[in-house]
Amino acid sequence: MKFRIYRYHPESGERPHMQDVGLDIDPAGKMLLDALLAIKAEDETLSLRRSCREGVCGSDAVNVNGKNRLACITPLTELKEPIEVRPLPGLPVIRDLIVDMEPFYKQYRSIKPWLINDEPEPEVERLQSPEDRARLDGAYECILCACCTTACPSYWWNPDTFVGPAGLLQAYRFIADSRDEATAARLDNLEDPYRLYRCRGIMSCVDACPKGLNPTEAIGRIKSLLVKRRV
Amino acid sequence: MNARRFDALIIGGGGAGLRAALQLARSDYKVAVVSKVFPTRSHTVSAQGGITAALGNVDDDRWEWHMYDTVKGGDWLGDQDAIEFMCREAASAVYELEHMGLPFSRLDNGKIYQRPFGGQSKNFGGAQATRTCAAADRTGHALLHTLYQQNIACRTQFFDEYFALDVLRDAEGYCLGVTAMSIETGEPLLIEARATLLATGGAGRVFGNSSNAMINTGDGLGMVLRAGLPLQDMEFWQFHPTGIAGVGCLITEGVRGEGGCLLNKHGERFMERYAPHAKDLAGRDVVARAIALEIAEGRGCGPRGDYVDLKLDHLGEKRIAEKLPGIRDLSIRFAGVDPVEKPIPVAPTAHYMMGGIPTNLHGQVVAPARFGPEEPVPGLYAVGECACVSVHGANRLGGNSLLDLIVFGRAAGGHMLEYLRDNPYPRPLPEHAAEASQARLARWDRPGSERAAAITDDLRRMMQTHAGVFRTDAVLREGLDKLTQLDDRLAHAGLQDTSRVFNTARIEALELENLIGVARATLVSAIHRTESRGAHTREDFPARDDEHWLRHTLYSREGDQMDAKPVRLKPLTVESIRPKERVY
Amino acid sequence: MKSATGAHTGTGTWLLQRATALVLAAALPGLMIHFLTARPVNFLAWQTLFAPLWVRVLGLLAMTALALHAWVGMRDIFMDYVRPTGLRLALYLGVIIILAGSVAWMAAVLWSAT
Repeated sequence: MKFRIYRYHPESGERPHMQDVGLDIDPAGKMLLDALLAIKAEDETLSLRRSCREGVCGSDAVNVNGKNRLACITPLTELKEPIEVRPLPGLPVIRDLIVDMEPFYKQYRSIKPWLINDEPEPEVERLQSPEDRARLDGAYECILCACCTTACPSYWWNPDTFVGPAGLLQAYRFIADSRDEATAARLDNLEDPYRLYRCRGIMSCVDACPKGLNPTEAIGRIKSLLVKRRV
Repeated sequence: MNARRFDALIIGGGGAGLRAALQLARSDYKVAVVSKVFPTRSHTVSAQGGITAALGNVDDDRWEWHMYDTVKGGDWLGDQDAIEFMCREAASAVYELEHMGLPFSRLDNGKIYQRPFGGQSKNFGGAQATRTCAAADRTGHALLHTLYQQNIACRTQFFDEYFALDVLRDAEGYCLGVTAMSIETGEPLLIEARATLLATGGAGRVFGNSSNAMINTGDGLGMVLRAGLPLQDMEFWQFHPTGIAGVGCLITEGVRGEGGCLLNKHGERFMERYAPHAKDLAGRDVVARAIALEIAEGRGCGPRGDYVDLKLDHLGEKRIAEKLPGIRDLSIRFAGVDPVEKPIPVAPTAHYMMGGIPTNLHGQVVAPARFGPEEPVPGLYAVGECACVSVHGANRLGGNSLLDLIVFGRAAGGHMLEYLRDNPYPRPLPEHAAEASQARLARWDRPGSERAAAITDDLRRMMQTHAGVFRTDAVLREGLDKLTQLDDRLAHAGLQDTSRVFNTARIEALELENLIGVARATLVSAIHRTESRGAHTREDFPARDDEHWLRHTLYSREGDQMDAKPVRLKPLTVESIRPKERVY
Repeated sequence: MKSATGAHTGTGTWLLQRATALVLAAALPGLMIHFLTARPVNFLAWQTLFAPLWVRVLGLLAMTALALHAWVGMRDIFMDYVRPTGLRLALYLGVIIILAGSVAWMAAVLWSAT
């Protein structure tokens, strides 16, 4: 199979370039990660992140033929050759397919991603009805792979001021949690022309999410809460 | 070498490390977490089915029953004081997670959802119990993210993408910190701390077919071996019965807990023959052996007869979507099968290391020393899969690993606080403390005739063949010979890529050194234990032998020396559970 | 330098843009039908078309809504593309003058002819 892989090595002094690689691999049942690791076995200078190889850790997000995906759950048979593999767009490249995720994590941290409840803790669990718990479905499953946020043009343009779809989805996860008491403060945190309202609802994030989550819908729900509070 | 100093240091950002870090971060001490991946990429994230605690939300339950099941599940090799401690602390540890925000699935009355898991019984071996608390089939993911979130709230200092190299000890044996390396820049770093906790996880990647993440390379075990400390019970490796055939990805025991069952090529529910009482929910070692036997005796499914079917379509699409959504996803992606319609092809896959760094129930690393077989190494702790407390004995029960992380993570964090109070001053670092680590790094700058990656492949193939579900003396010894050859090849190995910035080839070479140590410990220990117990099945010694082997093995690197220490059969407060035949 | 966010606005302007869009959606079809049915061919016919008070009020309302709607849109564009604060303020001022001026001029035109 034919691949075109983005190569950048800061120590070499060379400019980033696309490298054509041929690989003898039977694509049946194999994922893109298998191919990338096979390429790395031939040429160990190729660097990429990987861990769980089953799509739950979020390490190996890359841009494949123009779309952000997790290499480990992208079947080779789905891809058109030459398969072009690039690092996630919109984040600084450290080396080859590895980007600096810190700007992304920083936005995640900015929404205070932890449960806030200052009521005295009961001896046992806090109760939550299955219906209330169901509100977290589609939000708590996020694996922080950054596929969505780095597919968002608003984030590319305002990485330091726009939270981005992943962060906003997590903001919603806590707003929606019946056990969390900080809804007002969380809404205040997003009441800003940039942090939430740079979302134009183009749904690139929905298209990119490898876990099938819908950040745009979550952003819409936060918006309607903001509006409700206002009027 | 650059140096940093903290009060407490934690190596590993998985469930155990983060739980301990939280305990310390909530105090006034300065705590740092070193992790070779961003913490939510740790292998805890892959845990599916749940965390076991006798909450009794669905059915009557008591921690004493949980304790009995754990002792029996571990084939009486577990230390009963530690097991009592874990089972007793379980409920409060789970409630605490709930208070932190873990999105557990819920029952209609609003309490935490619980599902039945293998090896769980009521009334000391009676009817099936329902004891595993779950967040759908993403409990590990929910748990790891919750703990990471709490650590952000407490402003824990993280060294993300730093690879720990060696434990530093002084002449009196005190642990003074570690050497590490920034993966991003390749720069070495010396981190001093009065108390150091190893929470580096398992080493399942020593096998060719494994459910483990690619980062599970036993780094903490390698560090401990190099520090001259022993590893305990390394012959005990759990093979999970239901990995996706040919891939290794895990299909949770929760599938069988929810009512799924295993079928051979005749469509027979064969577990009824091996475990007439518990059937598909027998101990994992029992089910894995049963599957391996079915396949070996020609009753496997598929064109090559190399797997069995895990049927769950009878649960209905709604139940699967609600309680096992991640499993359905994995199965469609990796097996090309929608479990709503067709059974999932499964086969045993290397899953969990029951052995590890010997510790007491405070998480203190213990080693034979002047005064006895279990002297704490001052300032050094270990928790989680890399540690051997030992609560899992010869075979871990499903749902007990997340519990192990949380209970002993909390306990170790608490004990470290005491230790820091009692040892308020840093001890001086020996002059050449970091030399060994620097030599290890420099060694990979020299060219060599062998490729490290090729050795890793051969190592995994060797372990798969020679240390699998069924073992004999001859097969194990042959494996050990091959390992010695691999070790020789390692001496001539070099890297094509000697650059500094995010050189993952260099990290993999350093991981290989750790894996080789783990493999040697496993093979030598497995040859040594001439009985079958729990997950360690010797075809040449098919029976359990309590007279000679109701004891822990201790492996030391120096001369591949084997040592032993007694199993603690005396719990803290309750009656001892005497060894008896283990049937399900 | 770190950027200061948390202006505690956003929902207001977002709402304003939506509300003005609704006003435009309601007012424009009415005015359109009114014009199309009358088909003014000369200045006098044009003038009589604007004679009824409701046409003038509706026309001014639509113009105001359009100006506010455009203001939010222009502000968004400047926020994204014009980073120097002084230049951005100057552009804001320019747009405000043009939009407010247009509204005032329209009011003057509509009410001066009678």
